[in-house]
Amino acid sequence: MTTTTPSSQKQDAQPGRVARLGAVGGDWLDQRTAGGGLVKFLGRKIFPDHWSFMFGEVALYSFVILLVSGTFLTMFFVPSMDEVVYDGVYGPMQGAHMSRAFESTLHLSFEVKGGLLFRQMHHWAALVFMVAIFVHMFRVFFTGAFRKPRELNWLVGFSLMVLGMVAGFSGYSLPDDVLSGNGLRVVDGLMKGIPIVGTYLSMLLFGGEFPGHDIIPRLFTIHILLVPAAILGLIAIHLTLLVLSKHTHYPGPGRTDRNVVGFPVFPVYAAKAGGFFFLVFGIITLISATTAINAVWIYGPYDPSPVSAGSQPDWYMLWTDGGLRLIPGWEFTIFGYVISLNILLPMAIYGGLLAFLALYPFLEAWVTGDDREHHVLDLPYNNPVRTGLGVAWITIYLILALGATNDLIALKLHLSINDLTWLFRVSIFVAPVLVFYITKRLCIAMQRHKRGLALHGVETSKVVRMPNGEMLEIHEPLNEYDRWVLVQHDDFRPLKAGKGVSALRAKATSFFFKDYISPVTPAELREALDHAAHEKHEIDAVTGGDYTVPSAKVGH
Amino acid sequence: MTDNLDGTTPAKGVSAIAPKEGGGFPNPGLPPHVHRQADTDKRAEKRAEKIVAGMFVLSILGTVLFIASYFVFTPMDTNLLAEGGTLRAVFWSNLFTGLGLAIAVFFIGAAAVHWAKTLMPDDEMVEERHATRSSDESRDRAVEIITGGLQESGIARRPVIVTAMVGALAALPIAVLAPLSTLGPLPGNKLHHTFWKPGMRLTRDHDGTPIRADEVAMNSIFHVMPEGLTEETPHFLNERAKAAAVIVRIDPAIGKNEESLANGHQGILAFSKICTHVGCPVALYEQQTHHMLCPCHQSTFDVTDAAKVIFGPAHRPLPQLPIEVDAEGYLVATGDFPEPIGPSFWDLHKDK
Ligand code: HEM
Ligand code: FES
Repeated sequence: MTTTTPSSQKQDAQPGRVARLGAVGGDWLDQRTAGGGLVKFLGRKIFPDHWSFMFGEVALYSFVILLVSGTFLTMFFVPSMDEVVYDGVYGPMQGAHMSRAFESTLHLSFEVKGGLLFRQMHHWAALVFMVAIFVHMFRVFFTGAFRKPRELNWLVGFSLMVLGMVAGFSGYSLPDDVLSGNGLRVVDGLMKGIPIVGTYLSMLLFGGEFPGHDIIPRLFTIHILLVPAAILGLIAIHLTLLVLSKHTHYPGPGRTDRNVVGFPVFPVYAAKAGGFFFLVFGIITLISATTAINAVWIYGPYDPSPVSAGSQPDWYMLWTDGGLRLIPGWEFTIFGYVISLNILLPMAIYGGLLAFLALYPFLEAWVTGDDREHHVLDLPYNNPVRTGLGVAWITIYLILALGATNDLIALKLHLSINDLTWLFRVSIFVAPVLVFYITKRLCIAMQRHKRGLALHGVETSKVVRMPNGEMLEIHEPLNEYDRWVLVQHDDFRPLKAGKGVSALRAKATSFFFKDYISPVTPAELREALDHAAHEKHEIDAVTGGDYTVPSAKVGH
Repeated sequence: MTDNLDGTTPAKGVSAIAPKEGGGFPNPGLPPHVHRQADTDKRAEKRAEKIVAGMFVLSILGTVLFIASYFVFTPMDTNLLAEGGTLRAVFWSNLFTGLGLAIAVFFIGAAAVHWAKTLMPDDEMVEERHATRSSDESRDRAVEIITGGLQESGIARRPVIVTAMVGALAALPIAVLAPLSTLGPLPGNKLHHTFWKPGMRLTRDHDGTPIRADEVAMNSIFHVMPEGLTEETPHFLNERAKAAAVIVRIDPAIGKNEESLANGHQGILAFSKICTHVGCPVALYEQQTHHMLCPCHQSTFDVTDAAKVIFGPAHRPLPQLPIEVDAEGYLVATGDFPEPIGPSFWDLHKDK
């Protein structure tokens, strides 16, 4: 203790050499860029702190890692479908015919120093990126962070999610191995299924017939230029809008729609968020150092003839394969022309699922008629129907993803693939409805419970037997800070049709709010407190103010 | 919470928000601040300081490990634990460089976060929000600028220019179609034909040798390609992608389709290997049931019944390659597949 005091005093007394250097540098920069204004604007911006706000950051940081590791890969990967005969170090492939793309992937994995590490980091970062985007998106969904004024940013985020899938698919198709080649062949088949223009589109994409000579170089341009540029641009918009609207915060005492409570960017957030980047970086590196991913040399170079069982895409593309597996073989011929419903119907379902997500903020705003700005988040159970719809969406998504692994599941559990497929076919209709209902009921039960808590406080597990034989448990009322979180949310009611409310909207409000549990009002609380005071009076009379547990009393 | 930041009404038209009695509860304001150990206890502060500094030092060690292992655990040359140019060498190189880098970056992060959490102020601060919309003055000025600018451009007074401009801007995007069209050829009749021609021998896919009918045992399956389809063939992979076929031999007595049997030879039947759903190779054959299974989406084809679909998303049977036996006893095709192979498309049934 005695040693720290003098040194810290010295620091206070005169600015150190570093500080003086900083001042000179700062002055130099400011005279040329007016950067001081930026520091003033951003430096003490307040960001609220919550673990659930981390997922957007994880997405951002893994994207940075994707850029860095991907740049390294471009130095060695050759996006060419020219055929070569392999003579690298990997024995089992010696003499095999393959494309330059596949050969350079083997070279990168086995012969370039650090090559395998960067390849695995790139792939793992992509998986983490997509997980983070999904979790982040549903954090935003379930807390209602998409409400006014953030609808546009929701759409930007939605586009980022879709672009993430495009980036991932175009990326893992590049090595030109058997697995990804079959993925591309499926894309070719899907395109051909589009009425009228399908075969033309397929010829344009592949530069002729599948697989042709062009698809890998084309995907390369898409993967390393077009999509990352679009993602970067959208991230810039995403974050600009974030600064503009300021971050939302969870409900809490002192937090309102007119303020933001948290920590300043400098120094606390700079340290936490900057540090968090390195944590994400470190964890992705650790996984890549120890866990193999996409070992393409096991699959072999692409050839249109072989395929292995259990060929699944990366996890975030699974759902797009599930629908193709669950649909029955429906295909019509009308006037001699083919309509492939076994392709078009799954596509329509995927489109519908995405459209629902993109448009949900506008749907909900139309139902509530709410035109206020929202900066305090909803607790998910306070909006049972929204939460139910979100969980139902995830259920459909998961069934599709599970459907895409039906061969693996069947093998593991010794079930027949056909039975399993039928199970998924039925559950894709039944499960979301059930799950919606259960989730909604659970939310309502939680709302009831929280309402009781706000009114009566917490149970103390001290029970008193009244003269009339009734057992009363003594409750401890909440303090006003704890209570606030339970009573601050909005109240909603269904609307009647007429007077500017369409019949459809009336129905929609009824669907959303007909069993909505209203938050406790001050009057209700007053009444509850009065009642509790009265009860306490009676209990005092019985116990003489001694609130020990009855059983403990018996022991006396 | 019942009105907007700028005091305007909460909702356009009728809203489903129920007003709260007396505006609901008042917000109690920020609760009192609770101090951390390191804020009050000098020793805890010292300890936190040591931990943070220690983690930065660990990161330096990680960097050293990374750089060192980059050169002493290489995949091709020097490698302390394995011979260069082997999979073991690649494994150690990946492991040690990866661990070094992971330690180097992770502990910078851990140090920074720990620093922020224990030693930087943890008093929550409050910043005011303002309504997102711009002020009335700004809006008025914006409207003024736009109307003024439009006025200056004279757009309202010059309908001819406007019409021409709209025309030009509408025409330009059509120009995109021209470069787009050079991305690939038109389909023409390409999808209606494969490499198979009458008299062409069926050869084994893996070594290109022709197959004699008497070599095809009952219930066996061969993956075949047309004779003469080699690496030298133009568009080699495209041709393979269409010509791939399988032959199976079934007991003609269990065959359910006369025409299909007639297109084969003594129960030896040849089918396209390309799934009629979206085009994966149908690679799995169940000998007991005589079913062929597509591993991509599990379409199942019954080879005793002209490869009809009995389960899964495919609709059309696998097209059958008509075969016979030539003078030397080898299996040959008597023609191309009778209809396009692989995924269905719009004008599949049109003759080309
Ligand atoms: C590349 C992908 C993405 C990146 C890098 C990213 C990054 C971020 C970051 C760092 C934040 C602030 C912290 C947070 O709330 O987590 C944020 C906020 C936000 N994100 Fe994303 N995000 C991505 C994708 C998405 C997606 C897929 C959606 C939804 C469809 C979305 C919607 C939003 C919204 C509405 C906000 C404002 C939330 C608030 O203020 O509470 N983002 N984003
Ligand atoms: S490609 Fe064969 S079932 Fe889909």
